Amino acid sequence: MEQRIYLDHAAAMPVHPGVARFCRQFPEGFAGNPSTLYQEGLEAQEAIFRAREKVAALIGANAPDSIIFTSGATESNNIAIRGTALRNQRAGKAVVLSAIEHISVLNPAKDLQKSGFVLTLVPVDRYGTIDLDALGAVTPETVVTSVHYANNEIGTIEPIREVAEIVHDRGGLLHVDATDAAGRIPIDVERDGIDLLTLSGNQLGGPDGVGALYIRPGVRVQPVLVGGGQERGLRPGTENVFGIACMGEAARLAGEEMPEESRRLRAIRDRLIAGITEIEEAYLTGHPTERLPHHASFRFSRIEGESIQLAMNMLGIAVATGSACTSRTLEASHVLLAIGLAHDEAHGSMIATLGRGNNVDQVPRIVEATRETVKRLRAITPL
Amino acid sequence: MAEQVGYSQKVMEHFMNPHNVGVIENPDGYGKVGNPVCGDIMEIFIKVKDDVIEDIKFRTFGCGSAIATSSMVTDMARGKTLDEAMKITRDDVATELEGLPPRKMHCSNLAADALHSAIEDYRSKQKKE
Repeated sequence: MEQRIYLDHAAAMPVHPGVARFCRQFPEGFAGNPSTLYQEGLEAQEAIFRAREKVAALIGANAPDSIIFTSGATESNNIAIRGTALRNQRAGKAVVLSAIEHISVLNPAKDLQKSGFVLTLVPVDRYGTIDLDALGAVTPETVVTSVHYANNEIGTIEPIREVAEIVHDRGGLLHVDATDAAGRIPIDVERDGIDLLTLSGNQLGGPDGVGALYIRPGVRVQPVLVGGGQERGLRPGTENVFGIACMGEAARLAGEEMPEESRRLRAIRDRLIAGITEIEEAYLTGHPTERLPHHASFRFSRIEGESIQLAMNMLGIAVATGSACTSRTLEASHVLLAIGLAHDEAHGSMIATLGRGNNVDQVPRIVEATRETVKRLRAITPL
Repeated sequence: MAEQVGYSQKVMEHFMNPHNVGVIENPDGYGKVGNPVCGDIMEIFIKVKDDVIEDIKFRTFGCGSAIATSSMVTDMARGKTLDEAMKITRDDVATELEGLPPRKMHCSNLAADALHSAIEDYRSKQKKE
C-alpha cells in the first residue's frame, strides 16, 4: 500500500514535532492555577507569559499584554466582532466585512443585525481580492471592519495595508482574521495597521482548542463570555495553560522556520498548480501570485467536489473541497459564488493545503490521481 | 445504535464501481431530476419490453451518495415490471445501500425519483401512440 498523502493542512495541522517535544517538558504532575501565588501557580503564570511573548513576536506586537488567549479562531473572531461592535456602539451601529470572510466572522456579524446593526459585505473580484473602492461602505458609523489576511478556500492574500488606511481614514477599527496566513507569510500588526487580529493555535502547528486574539492597546472590547477576570476579563475561565504554552512554542517555531518552509512549500505548490491545470477544464481558483505559499485550489467543470474528495481518498490522498455536499448546511460555498462562479461551477472544487509532510516527489502522484479522478467522474456526468 | 461514520461499505462500492453507467440511444423512457443549485443532477434511460425494464442506464452529477443511489436503483429496477419499479422508494434504495448519512437522505437520494420519472415518460408516450 502506498503511503497516504495528506493535503488538508488548512482543516487540521499535525502538531509540529518541535512543539510536541516542548509540550513533553511539562511534567505529568504539572498543575497550577495561574490565578494563585504559590509556586505551582506562579509557574503556570510564567508559562502563559512566555507564550504571550512568543505569539506577540510572531505578529510584531510590541506589548505581550495585547494578546489574549481563547479556545480557538472561532472564539477570537466572535470576541473581535461582537465584543468590539457592542462595546463601541455609541459611535455607530454598522459593521463591514469582505464577502468571503470565514463563517465564524460572518455569523457573529449577521447575529448583530438582530441588535440593530447594519451589515455591509464588500465584494471581491474574480481572484478574491477585496474591491478597495467598495470599501467606501466604511463610514464614521462603522465600528468594526473585518477583512481576513488570506482566504482558506482560495488562498488569496488581501491588501491589508491599503484596507487599514481606508478604514483608519474613516475613524474605524480593523479586525483581521489571520488564521490561515499566520506562520506562512510575515505579519506585522504595526506595519499593517491592524487593530485586532485572530490566530489559531493549530494552524501554527500547535494543538487544537487554543487560539489568540491581538487587541491593540487602547481598543475597547467587551467580553462575550462572562465569569472570572482571566485574560483581562475578555476570556474568563481558568486558562488552558498547557494549550497556551504549546501554542506559544508553535508560534515561535513557525516564525523561525517561515522563510525556509514557505520557500519549500511554494515550490511544491507551483508544481502542483502547473500539473493540475494541465488537466482538461481544470482551473486555478484564487489569485495566481498573491496567494498563500502552501495553498493550491482548483475547480473542475462538470463534476462535484464531494465525489472528488471520496475518489481521491480511495487513491490515498486527502484533499478538501468547498462543495455544498460536504458542508453541514449543504449550501454552495459563499466564497466561490462571491468570486463569480455559477452554482454548478462552485460545486466542483478541490483544495490542497500543504505542510511539513509534503515534498516535491509527491507531486506526480497527486497530479495523476487528480487526472484519474476527474476522468472517472466525467465519465458518469450528464453535464 | 452508534452514529455511522462516513458512508457504508456498500455506498463506497457503488461509488467506486457504479453499475449501468451510460446512455441508451432512443430510450423508451427518460427521466431527469435535480438541479445545479443543490448540486445533484441524475438522468435515467430505460428500455421496456412486455412491461418489463429490459435495460437501464444512468448518468449523475453529484456527491458520493448521488452516484451510489443511481447505481443501486438501476440494479434494483432491471428486470422488474413497471408497476414493481414504481413501488421502489427512496427508503428502499437507502436500505439496500446499508443506510445513508441523515443529511444525505433528502438531497442526494433522488434516484428513485429519476426512475419514476423515466417510467412516467414511457407511459405518457405509450398513451400518445
